[in-house]
Amino acid sequence: MSDNYGSIMKEGLWDQNVVFSQLLAMCPTMAVTTSGTNGLGMGLATTAVLVVSNILVSMIRHTVSSQVRIPVFVVLIATLVTVVDMAMNAWLHDLYKVLGLFIALIVVNCAILGRAEAFAVKNGVAASAVDGLAMGLGFTGALTFIGLIREFLGSGTLFAQASNLLGPSFAFLEMKLPGYGGALLMILPPGGFAILGFLLAGKRVMEKRMADKAAANAGDAAPAAA
Amino acid sequence: MTTSSLAAQPIASPHAHGGNSVTSTMFRVQMALVPATLYGFWLFGWPSFFLWLLTILSCLGFEALSLKLMGVTRIKRTLFDGSALLTGWLLAMTLPPWAPWWVAIVGGFIAIVIGKQVFGGVGQNVFNPAMVARVALLVSFPLPLTQWIMPLPLNTVAAPDFIHGLQIFLGNQAMPDAMASASLLGHTKTELARGIDLLHSLSGEHGALFSLIGTRAGSLGESASLLILAGGLYLLASGIITWHTPVAVLAGLAIPAAIGHAVDPAHYLSVSSHLLSGAAMLGAFFIATDYVTSPNTGRGQIVFGLGIGFMTWVIRTYGGYPEGMAFAVLLMNALTPVIDRFVKPRILGRDRKGKPLDIPESKGA
Repeated sequence: MSDNYGSIMKEGLWDQNVVFSQLLAMCPTMAVTTSGTNGLGMGLATTAVLVVSNILVSMIRHTVSSQVRIPVFVVLIATLVTVVDMAMNAWLHDLYKVLGLFIALIVVNCAILGRAEAFAVKNGVAASAVDGLAMGLGFTGALTFIGLIREFLGSGTLFAQASNLLGPSFAFLEMKLPGYGGALLMILPPGGFAILGFLLAGKRVMEKRMADKAAANAGDAAPAAA
Repeated sequence: MTTSSLAAQPIASPHAHGGNSVTSTMFRVQMALVPATLYGFWLFGWPSFFLWLLTILSCLGFEALSLKLMGVTRIKRTLFDGSALLTGWLLAMTLPPWAPWWVAIVGGFIAIVIGKQVFGGVGQNVFNPAMVARVALLVSFPLPLTQWIMPLPLNTVAAPDFIHGLQIFLGNQAMPDAMASASLLGHTKTELARGIDLLHSLSGEHGALFSLIGTRAGSLGESASLLILAGGLYLLASGIITWHTPVAVLAGLAIPAAIGHAVDPAHYLSVSSHLLSGAAMLGAFFIATDYVTSPNTGRGQIVFGLGIGFMTWVIRTYGGYPEGMAFAVLLMNALTPVIDRFVKPRILGRDRKGKPLDIPESKGA
């Protein structure tokens, strides 16, 4: 498994998606997905921390004894988050003002320690880096998707203030639905839970359909082979 | 008694069917709502009729869609058991009578899909679907959900005819300012915030008599408290509901209101204003008595009703929203499992704590 990068990517992006399958990191998911831009920014910051922490944990996995590994990992992750926090404060100040507290709270994001424990301590550096990237991108995708839905229903915009995050050249992404006041509930936490619930249900329906299809294909193939 | 007769028919007790079903119960509740609804149509004209119709159609539509998505084969049977219709009807009774069409559609979606079918359909929902939709709509769209109008028979502006009513409903026509008004609870809240106390703000169109006969601004279910009360008494008389919940709701609302009003009449509304305003009557008789989301025992229902009444009073008096019945019902819905856990009927042969009763030894044998 550790040298099959394709399957690692697939696990991170879909099968073991941090939000849609593991249901980890619910706090940032609910708190920052009030717009697509916020979700994207939060997801990318988390991805950066996740990749580096996975690489470092994988590098030191033979030298750290299992008794002290948790404190060591926590110190590692906290250092990385502080670096990301300061970097965002310096270069992405407008986004930092929006995400502020939640950047610091990446430290306690279960997904990061979870991947260190579940993957990086058991696998090589390259595989761990790919796993961190896949999990991070899966998280980013989920946060952006939820953010876009909530933003569209709640305030009638898409990627509002994307130029804060990506630079002025991405201002074309910003869209606004004219004449729509927005449903305030979608921006509030209940809207986040409702959207996440519908997306989870949708993912399970899709997976069931795909499994049925695969089973049907296998059923077709078996008699032909015999 | 011969052994052969026992072996043939192992009947434990004479099970007689009362003849009632989901459909017949729902039908009687709807009958009880008819007088207040018709009176509301007379008060508020065609737009309120269109809103009522579309809310019900929307609920039925989303019910059918949910059932189809869940793979239920006998859709018609569940669809026409009257439960979705009643949810839509109750929701329409709580909306501003001239709310635009999309409020009805969105409300139907929230009530049926999020409030009911997600939990597994009729009998499975934790929260009252109509109140879930009412609260979600109020939080999402504060402006259209708080625009009340003066009853048309009293108004200086002529009542809209069929076509004009349809235009208002579809949002092509702005509501004439002369028709805009505030409900009693909203009015007093605004005036108190402006520093005008109740002794001065409660006069004219907000007098108590108008509350009684219903010619005042409000939702369909708020206008004629007496007609709602009559419908509720019909439900009591026909045995659809018991007295516990309605009496407890009204008492839970009236007792703190009486104390507050006695202490400071300038800042606390009177008992009659509380009981006849907002959704008090509709909530006490039609919404809090929902079988699915209220406790099973009579004593549990009293606890449940007192909680609803008291929280309604607290929200109306101190909260940010003028009316709190829907919030109070949802909060107590959430507590219903807890109430059912702690308030249980005594088991036959055991005391309240579940210990076996001391049965005195019979002397002869």
